[in-house]
Amino acid sequence: MIRSVMVMNTQGKPRLAKFYDFQTVEKQQELIRSVFGVLCSRAENVSNFLDAASIFGPDSSLVYKHYATLYFVLVFDSSENELAMLDLIQVFVETLDKCFKNVCELDIVFNYSKIHTILDEMIFGGQVLETSSTELVKAVEEISRLESASNSITLVPKSVSGWRNR
Amino acid sequence: MEQLKTIGRELAMGSQGGFGQSKEFLELVKSIGEARSKAEEDRIVLHEIETLKRRISEPDIPKRKMKEFIIRLVYIEMLGHDASFGYIHAVKMTHDDTLLLKRTGYLAVTLFLNDDHDLIILIVNTIQKDLKSDNYLIVCAALNAVCRLINDETIPAVLPQVVDLLNHQKEAVRKKAIMALHRFYHKSPSSVSHLFSNFRKRLCDNDPGVMGATLCPLFDLITVDVNTYKDLVLSFVSILKQVAERRLPKGYDYHQMPAPFIQIRLLKILALLGSGDKLASEKMYTVVGDIFRKCDSTSNIGNAVLYECICCVSSIYPNPKLLEAAAEVISRFLKSDSHNLKYMGIDALGRLIKISPEIAEQHQLAVIDCLEDPDDTLKRKTFELLYKMTKSSNVEVIVDRMIDYMISINDNHYKTYIASRCVELAEQFAPSNHWFIQTMNKVFEHAGDLVNVKVAHNLMRLIAEGFGEDDDAADSQLRSSAVESYLRIIGEPKLPSVFLQVICWVFGEYGTADGKYSASYITGKLCDVAEAYSNDETVKAYAVTALMKIYAFEIASGRKVDMLPECQSLVEELSASHSTDLQQRAYELQAVVSLDAHAVEIIMPLDASCEDIEIDKNLSFLNSYVQQSLENGAQPYIPESERSGTLDISNFRSQDQHEASMHGLKFEAYELPKAPVTSRIPPASVAPSAELVPVPEPSYSRETHQVASVPSISDAGSTEPRLKLDGVRRVVWGKPTYSSPTSSTSNASQSTSNGVTQVDSAANVNSKARKTHDSRKPEAEITPEKQKLAASLFGGPSKTEKRPTSASHKVTKASSHAAEKSQAPKAAVVSNQATLEKINHQPPPDLLDLGEPTVTSSAPSVDPFKQLEGLLDTTQVTSTVNHGAVGATEAPDIMALYVGTPAGGQSSSAENSLPSNSYDINLTSELSNLTSGTTNAGATLPTQFTKGPNPKDALEKDALVRQMGVTPSSQNPNLFSDLLG
Repeated sequence: MIRSVMVMNTQGKPRLAKFYDFQTVEKQQELIRSVFGVLCSRAENVSNFLDAASIFGPDSSLVYKHYATLYFVLVFDSSENELAMLDLIQVFVETLDKCFKNVCELDIVFNYSKIHTILDEMIFGGQVLETSSTELVKAVEEISRLESASNSITLVPKSVSGWRNR
Repeated sequence: MEQLKTIGRELAMGSQGGFGQSKEFLELVKSIGEARSKAEEDRIVLHEIETLKRRISEPDIPKRKMKEFIIRLVYIEMLGHDASFGYIHAVKMTHDDTLLLKRTGYLAVTLFLNDDHDLIILIVNTIQKDLKSDNYLIVCAALNAVCRLINDETIPAVLPQVVDLLNHQKEAVRKKAIMALHRFYHKSPSSVSHLFSNFRKRLCDNDPGVMGATLCPLFDLITVDVNTYKDLVLSFVSILKQVAERRLPKGYDYHQMPAPFIQIRLLKILALLGSGDKLASEKMYTVVGDIFRKCDSTSNIGNAVLYECICCVSSIYPNPKLLEAAAEVISRFLKSDSHNLKYMGIDALGRLIKISPEIAEQHQLAVIDCLEDPDDTLKRKTFELLYKMTKSSNVEVIVDRMIDYMISINDNHYKTYIASRCVELAEQFAPSNHWFIQTMNKVFEHAGDLVNVKVAHNLMRLIAEGFGEDDDAADSQLRSSAVESYLRIIGEPKLPSVFLQVICWVFGEYGTADGKYSASYITGKLCDVAEAYSNDETVKAYAVTALMKIYAFEIASGRKVDMLPECQSLVEELSASHSTDLQQRAYELQAVVSLDAHAVEIIMPLDASCEDIEIDKNLSFLNSYVQQSLENGAQPYIPESERSGTLDISNFRSQDQHEASMHGLKFEAYELPKAPVTSRIPPASVAPSAELVPVPEPSYSRETHQVASVPSISDAGSTEPRLKLDGVRRVVWGKPTYSSPTSSTSNASQSTSNGVTQVDSAANVNSKARKTHDSRKPEAEITPEKQKLAASLFGGPSKTEKRPTSASHKVTKASSHAAEKSQAPKAAVVSNQATLEKINHQPPPDLLDLGEPTVTSSAPSVDPFKQLEGLLDTTQVTSTVNHGAVGATEAPDIMALYVGTPAGGQSSSAENSLPSNSYDINLTSELSNLTSGTTNAGATLPTQFTKGPNPKDALEKDALVRQMGVTPSSQNPNLFSDLLG
């Protein structure tokens, strides 16, 4: 099970934090800080894995990836595969990239709710739900289309039927 | 320019619609981004909170505006500020009819609220309604909230709706409904226990995505109870086969791999089901072998699947062919340049080593390489592996390494961990008392405050009891060596308290025992300790008691006692201490000193710390006194229980409590009995034992069988009601072309394993040879040498000047060299001089990686020789027995890490009689082992190495990826180029 998804910039400012087990606001901040403390001391060209037992308790690993000014961090337990998690970060970033056309930190900050939408389509209750960035983009676009539609008129669910036919 | 860019961004953002934010929010984000300090940021955020507090409660806010407020609240809370004043507004928003607001509301509450928050009660009703909505997006949003906000009390309220959704027409909803049930299972297994059959049903869902989602809960269920799901083995195998054969729609491909996440889940499940079950395992062999063969090892996800295959192979009933394939993949991982793959390789090696311990040998150099790596994660993983491989023959090297690392790190959590590991290994495998004490000293010195106090007590007991052998001379030698080492250490500043306690105790008991040190010398030291650590009462107490013991021994042996002046002042000071314990000890000391020799001897017998103290619980020595009192008219004693008239309060109260608990309402449903042990394979941890005799190495095969048998036993005993098995029908996606895959597979796997079998045979030879040279092992294990060796190993004495650079040339040279060596090992003597020369030519450490096999295709064939040559230098150091045995002499050090039966009993004469013979064998095997293909023929060479990730491929891939512009990488300058701070 995935315990947490975090995105923070190279100065340690959180850009996105989602915990699949409840954490209080203070605890969240503490976790983000300690994760950042470890990450920023890591050299380049080392592995993307970290033993997170000292931060998140026993049976937890951490995978991170550094893109430009952002760290993408996944924390999970032993029922997940580390390399696969690394690819999940890749999927997430690919999706962001497709949604925002050359994603940058600014996009993530300003489109806070959309980022959450993407994440919720990808990881659901701590389990991996979807790993194809094309599908993710489709789903997210559909949602935003319907959302803007629902602002003016009441929704006709039948118009949705074309969604997601692979 | 920068500003222009930012403005452009903002404009673009505005035109995106739906997610556009107002100017205010942009301003907020920007000002936070530009904040120079944390204080400034806090000020901005606090101001924002004030604004929001004011505006959010205004009447008649437009909905869009309200949505933005909520998002701003979420943002503020992410920055670590309290946004609880807005929770109620988020809850209110979930009641809204418009999709946009409802989703925002749900997003906010899932981020804000815990599942036992008071406000949840206001949401449950909305969730119930939304789960029945016609709009699947509302249903999805509600399911999302369900996962997060529903706890075991509220599960019954939404459970029926969620179960209904399992048959929803949208696969996205079905998927999420399954996940939600899975979540319920996590929170309260009993609440959904009647629904397990639904998971089985959904396994045959038409949509592969739903099937994939079902694997998550099934994995957890199978973890708890394997036996109930044994009937699914065939289904899982057939699904996995179809996935691997690309029967799924193209949409499930990820980086040219068919549904890798589903494959990984399935392999995990198969690993559970096949563990310790030969029959079930046999059904899996073909498909796992197929995946090994088909997997694309150049992509990250392909390696993820391969790694999962190894985990599966090491968990199910062993199959030699699969083990070979696994070993091959591991060697590819370890030889890779990528730290991630090395990490996985080390981890996989740790798993496989339990089943076939001999495979570690081929990778010894790679392992040492990882140990020296600057990457802490990799290093720690390697220590984990070493811990698993520790035997009495290599414990010294490993523990030394661990201690060195322990000293070098600051992370207290890991320091504690590795210190306890050191202690555990030392206690279990210590080759000698002396070594044990030295090791413990080091551990205490550097991590004393972090180790368990019990460890200190064990150490004291060891010193007191010796090794249980009736060899008093050895024991007393041990003690005096302990005293001596402590006298040396005691001068160091800032020793940990626990360690000082041990030191004081040992000084007290044995400081003067061998007569080498005078009482006044030892007492002086003790007084120094008490003075230097004057605010540590435990240490002072230990010191005073030690003083008392020394004086007592002095008096008992008839010598005159002259208390040192500082000692006297110490005792006086302590007798006025605030601590009653210290006071008492001080007074006792004074009392003992004033007694005569005979009395002292009885109070404080020499070296009696291990004697059992007899306690007369009946206090029979008081009988006569009691008798006398009774005769004088005293009341006889009535035990409490027999006293009448007084209530037995304690008894009464407990009864009362008991009744109360019986009458109380029971709020929870009765829980289903759970299987007592989960079937996850327990780590083969070895219980620490106080025994310090070198223990013969545990046989690995036996261990795995034990491990394997554990779950099955427990499962047999489990009383979980068996599910009704709705026969799982076989799902077939894609075209029903079902050409007998078994035959083709076995053929293919045979053909691929050709190269491997050779390696294996070599390994066999090697393991045979090992037995003979094991006897040498205990001799040479010294850290500096080891380091030197290790350095010379992976760096490889660089012969760059001598060696022709053309790759083909190298190969031929190397292989001819190899042939020569394997034919006549003794002839392959490289002289002393040559070795020294090579050492001098060692390149600086950062270039050492050049020796890595995967860098160029020719490197692998060269590498082993570099290694062998490197070993030569230790040959000279460790023994002069024979410098022909190039590979073998290295063995005592490196091989010690991997190999070994304790050989304490074997005499050195045996070694001498054998060497040439055994080394020859070993050398050949070493060579053929390391270079596998090279020694045999050029043809076999590629089998091992060409498959590995090759830099050219990687470069090409990288270029491709960049062309596509998909993979944002840190080198891509266009990406993330315009950013806030």
